[in-house]
Amino acid sequence: MAPIADSVALKPAPTKRGRGYWGSVLLRLRRDPVAMVALAVILLIVLAAVFAPWIAPADPFKGSMIRRLRPIGTPGYLLGSDELGRDMLSRLLYGGRLSLFLGVMPVILAFGIGSTIGIVAGYLGGWINTVTMRTIDVFFAFPSVLLAIALSGALGAGILNSIVSLTVVFVPQIARVAESVTTQIRTRDYVEAARISGASGFTIVRVHVLGNVLGPIFVYATSLISVSMILASGLSFLGLGVRPPEPEWGLMLNTLRTAIYNQPLVAALPGVMIFLTSISFNLFSDGLRSAMEVRQ
Amino acid sequence: MIIGAPTPPPGGFPRDRGGPGQPLLSVKGLVKHFGVKKGFLTKAGPIVRAVDGVDFDVVKGETLGIVGESGCGKSTTARLVMQIIAPDAGDILFDGERVGSQALSLNGFRKQVQMVFQDSYASLNPRLTVEDTIAFGPKVHGASGRAATTRAHDLLHRVGLEPARFAGRYPHELSGGQRQRVNIARALALDPRLLILDEAVSALDKSVEAQVLNLLLDLKDEFGLTYMFISHDLNVVRFMSNRVMVMYLGKVAEFGPSEALFETPKHPYTGALLASMPSMDPDARTETAPLTGDPPNPINPPPGCRFNPRCAKSAALCGHKEPTLLDAGVDHRAACWLVDPASGHPRIAA
Repeated sequence: MAPIADSVALKPAPTKRGRGYWGSVLLRLRRDPVAMVALAVILLIVLAAVFAPWIAPADPFKGSMIRRLRPIGTPGYLLGSDELGRDMLSRLLYGGRLSLFLGVMPVILAFGIGSTIGIVAGYLGGWINTVTMRTIDVFFAFPSVLLAIALSGALGAGILNSIVSLTVVFVPQIARVAESVTTQIRTRDYVEAARISGASGFTIVRVHVLGNVLGPIFVYATSLISVSMILASGLSFLGLGVRPPEPEWGLMLNTLRTAIYNQPLVAALPGVMIFLTSISFNLFSDGLRSAMEVRQ
Repeated sequence: MIIGAPTPPPGGFPRDRGGPGQPLLSVKGLVKHFGVKKGFLTKAGPIVRAVDGVDFDVVKGETLGIVGESGCGKSTTARLVMQIIAPDAGDILFDGERVGSQALSLNGFRKQVQMVFQDSYASLNPRLTVEDTIAFGPKVHGASGRAATTRAHDLLHRVGLEPARFAGRYPHELSGGQRQRVNIARALALDPRLLILDEAVSALDKSVEAQVLNLLLDLKDEFGLTYMFISHDLNVVRFMSNRVMVMYLGKVAEFGPSEALFETPKHPYTGALLASMPSMDPDARTETAPLTGDPPNPINPPPGCRFNPRCAKSAALCGHKEPTLLDAGVDHRAACWLVDPASGHPRIAA
């Protein structure tokens, strides 16, 4: 037979790529009505928070002693006013900024740190894995709410400290998921094939492990956003997170609790927002998971 | 070095170090015992003697077939040779050089020995296209992205997959036979000298299996390859192999030229394996099982010859004295007292 180089031209022919894994996940996700509605709600809330200064009808900090606790639908106060006479709608719009930030930021940080720990421990295995994972297990001895409160209490109130303590709460959870997925992937034949082709551990993780591991970790992380939001609101409610007069849904829930008998509907509004946002994140995360559960 | 296949010149292969007479691969006293290690609060568990003192040579340019029942240590032997798992004892010499020595680093060895796995789907990364999978090895060894892709396309063409159609596909878009062709192309991408085929065609249906076997034979000539062909399918091994090694419970039972071994098996276990092959002749079909029972547990192998509890020709001698590999003909050895006239086995015809 002719030597290899003669039979085909010596430049790679342009190839049509098949629909990749993420392409097909996206396609399936687009056909999931629940996930799409959840995504739309999330986008709506995010856009409202981002553009709050332009769409808010009033200044969220400007109160009025004579127009306190107006009911929903009062002219000039579409969603009523709070205990200091500030416009609820404006405060809810502005509050979304901090609440979303406190929900998403710890999860992003924990995703980075936890995945790194879990993937390294899972890929290396052996005693490194044992030591790392048993250390991680110590964190599971504390309920996450308690851990978040204890850390925030020790660090002191403030947005930055809330983010730090929530990150610490989520790192072990994400690391554990990352470790278990990586341990599964590590023994696959294609990883062994990569090893016998002489690739270094770093290259194997980069090319063969990450692509198969980050998806499941990402899905798990999105399901933590709602938990993070609720915990952050809880911290603010307890006075350990955001401080007044900053608008934040958890804090608003706290300051309005005294008005629960006078204006129950107005007092419940921040809770409604927390509920709506976290359930949307959860439903979207569920949809993403089932869209990714294909083949294999 | 990456582009272009080695065309074996009439005088031998250009990368030979020790001449054509020197075995390409020489395995000496290979041992691997798996066991639960003694740890904190756990006692040392039972030890599985997966591979228990295996010696063999692979001659340049040949196909060495390795057969045996499941659990006899075929795949463990392959993984030990590939250095995927570390042996407990034994040496692996590649073209005269000890693997891991100064003269032959582990990476240098891995460039020359590649493996095709049984499960065509599990051995391909589902997130990589076919061309990326094949180009991975050359890239690791320093080829540019463009050269590696060119190499991938050449190899796809060689294994019978049109690059224009298949290069951009993902594993789930291919059939089992096509995936195994990709695996073969991936194994060839580093231009190896020895290819270990671990049940590489066992999962394919018969017509596809035949195509892939013929492809393997063509590639062997074309690239000047040497094969280690592991299978439980005796017909396939006979078709492919120059020499055959029969393994039983982590040991070599018989080793010999393919024709001699299939025509006149010297070890009763080989005989029983051959008798278990379904015959094409309806009159020759038999209802009685040639081999009864399962292989004994490799945790506690029987004393003496490991095959003696299941052997039809077993004698008292076999129960307490283990035979070594004894000469049984030209380049033919069997671990059975029957081939040694001096052993005193009662079944030896005077």
